[in-house]
Amino acid sequence: MVKNIIDWIDARIPMTATYNRHVGQYATPTNFNFWYFFGSLAMLVLVNQLLTGIWLTMNYVPTAEGAFASIEYIMRDVEYGWLLRYMHSTGASAFFVVVYLHMFRGLLYGSYQKPRELLWLFGMLIFLVLMAEAFMGYLLPWGQMSYWGAQVIISLFGAIPVIGDDLTLWIRGDFVVSGATLNRFFALHVIALPLVLVVLVFLHLIALHEVGSNNPDGIEIKKNKDENGWPKDGIPFHPYYTVKDIMGVAGFLIVFCYVLFFMPEGGGYFLEKPNFEAANPMKTPEHIAPVWYFTPFYAILRAIPDKLLGVVGMGLAIAVLFVLPWLDRCKVKSIRYRSMIHKLNIGQFAVSFVILGYLGAVPATPTLTIAARIFTLTYFGFFLALWLYSKNEKTKPVPERLTH
Amino acid sequence: MKKLLIALVTLVPSLAFAAGGAHVHLESANVDLKDKESLQRGLDSFQHYCSGCHSTQYQRYNRVAEDLGISVDDMRNKYMFNADAKVGDLMENAIPEVDAAKWFGAAPPDLTLVARVRGEDWIYTYLKSFYQDETRPFGVNNTVFPSVAMPHVLQELQGLQVKQEDGSLVATGGKLTAEEYDQVVRDITGFLVYSGEPVKLERESLGWWVMGFLFIFFIVAYLLKKEYWKDVH
Repeated sequence: MVKNIIDWIDARIPMTATYNRHVGQYATPTNFNFWYFFGSLAMLVLVNQLLTGIWLTMNYVPTAEGAFASIEYIMRDVEYGWLLRYMHSTGASAFFVVVYLHMFRGLLYGSYQKPRELLWLFGMLIFLVLMAEAFMGYLLPWGQMSYWGAQVIISLFGAIPVIGDDLTLWIRGDFVVSGATLNRFFALHVIALPLVLVVLVFLHLIALHEVGSNNPDGIEIKKNKDENGWPKDGIPFHPYYTVKDIMGVAGFLIVFCYVLFFMPEGGGYFLEKPNFEAANPMKTPEHIAPVWYFTPFYAILRAIPDKLLGVVGMGLAIAVLFVLPWLDRCKVKSIRYRSMIHKLNIGQFAVSFVILGYLGAVPATPTLTIAARIFTLTYFGFFLALWLYSKNEKTKPVPERLTH
Repeated sequence: MKKLLIALVTLVPSLAFAAGGAHVHLESANVDLKDKESLQRGLDSFQHYCSGCHSTQYQRYNRVAEDLGISVDDMRNKYMFNADAKVGDLMENAIPEVDAAKWFGAAPPDLTLVARVRGEDWIYTYLKSFYQDETRPFGVNNTVFPSVAMPHVLQELQGLQVKQEDGSLVATGGKLTAEEYDQVVRDITGFLVYSGEPVKLERESLGWWVMGFLFIFFIVAYLLKKEYWKDVH
């Protein structure tokens, strides 16, 4: 009976074939480690954001007059509204945590290298859209930091010569951030960008399944197949990695729920204190800081004395990641078999990124500005050095089969 | 690599120190949200001394009554000063903003979320830090919030503090002893912490159940993974 139904469907759409291609018979390397949890976790958080977002939208009022009060209405009067709101706000930060770790995994094991350039590009587009999504979402509570953060970020576009002022006007739909801005950000946040995000995630997965997953050894399991054409170092995604990812989900949820239930403000980093005060266009907060996941790029912006060059520098900091597959000219993928200089370079890059993140979150002082300039240089230095040494890098011999 | 890391790790705290500005020392409020009597006294003080100017417009009378363990009748009779208000209404009984701005120079802010903006210790210390300053319109200034537009509403309880040469504040002429006054301020602070997030206690108690479930779920997931993976490698 069940078989008949499946046959009936398979004669019309390729259901079983698709399932096998992407889940049941998708060959995955046997040696995924801790770093490989974050892809599936990013999907989990995406679903969390979509679902809680839908329910929040049911009670949120997207007007300058009603937005702030409607958030408190959700927090107080909607049944478990506080839970939905904290799931969504904690989820936003969790999204960036897992995405940054996911990207760093790609960096460690050379997952951006041939033949996975397009996979990396789709991933970078996801990151870009995610930043836009988070930025617009942060305006919606209409608190002081929502308002002034948006004011500062949008004004950056004003640094662009000739069209700058008209561009900021076009983005805001007003001369200052106002209800008009809130309305359009709401539309983009709940419909346009999530749609783009879901399509990009789909393309990211299609690209992944076409070329196959990389692994901590950075070797292609497809090169060693048995007589049936199945990679010798491969196991089907289901059930092996489905059960393993469920374990990862459980571990992630322990951390996520701890934050959600016991420190939803995330020490003032996930929900910033001034944002519990309604937006007031007449009163500028003492210290305007973007949310933590933007602070590394914000630090680069502030480090550069010229406004236009600062904006260019910030843009470049993201843009340079797009061309990473072509900057790295080494044939060996995984950090395990690459040179000491590469290991040091990745290490200093990670440290620079974290310190820039810290510097972007605190008020600038002369000492800190100098520090921000140094780490801006080391941030970009990573890419330059990589391009220089990767051509003739002294690598270790790469094994034929996975080593675990 | 290690040397680099050590250098950086030692660098960061010095940077943090460089970033820290001058801050007034805040006293610890030691608020206990489980102490319902304290919260009830806090509501009482707030409604009588504060609510004339400050609204708590994001919460409702009946929800506060329920959470603080007082009857709706008590709420209506003792704390609802607006005859037209209903118990399900938002607590927005403050003076009109335009008038307030005219009288005080600045409109008194809504205080529903002040504990989440400023922190409980700030509120506690602020309410204890008014002192005599004849240059100010109401004759008082505040060490925590210099040149604040607000008069010392609790002066009859605390008395008027005078700033000593060493910077300390000494109060005279209040109805309450220093300890009693601290308790009044703590009660008000507690009420405002409650108002900032009424669901806090429920959130945390639900959180323990969720954590408990997740730990069991993790163990089951771990064992399931182990079972499936025993034939790999």
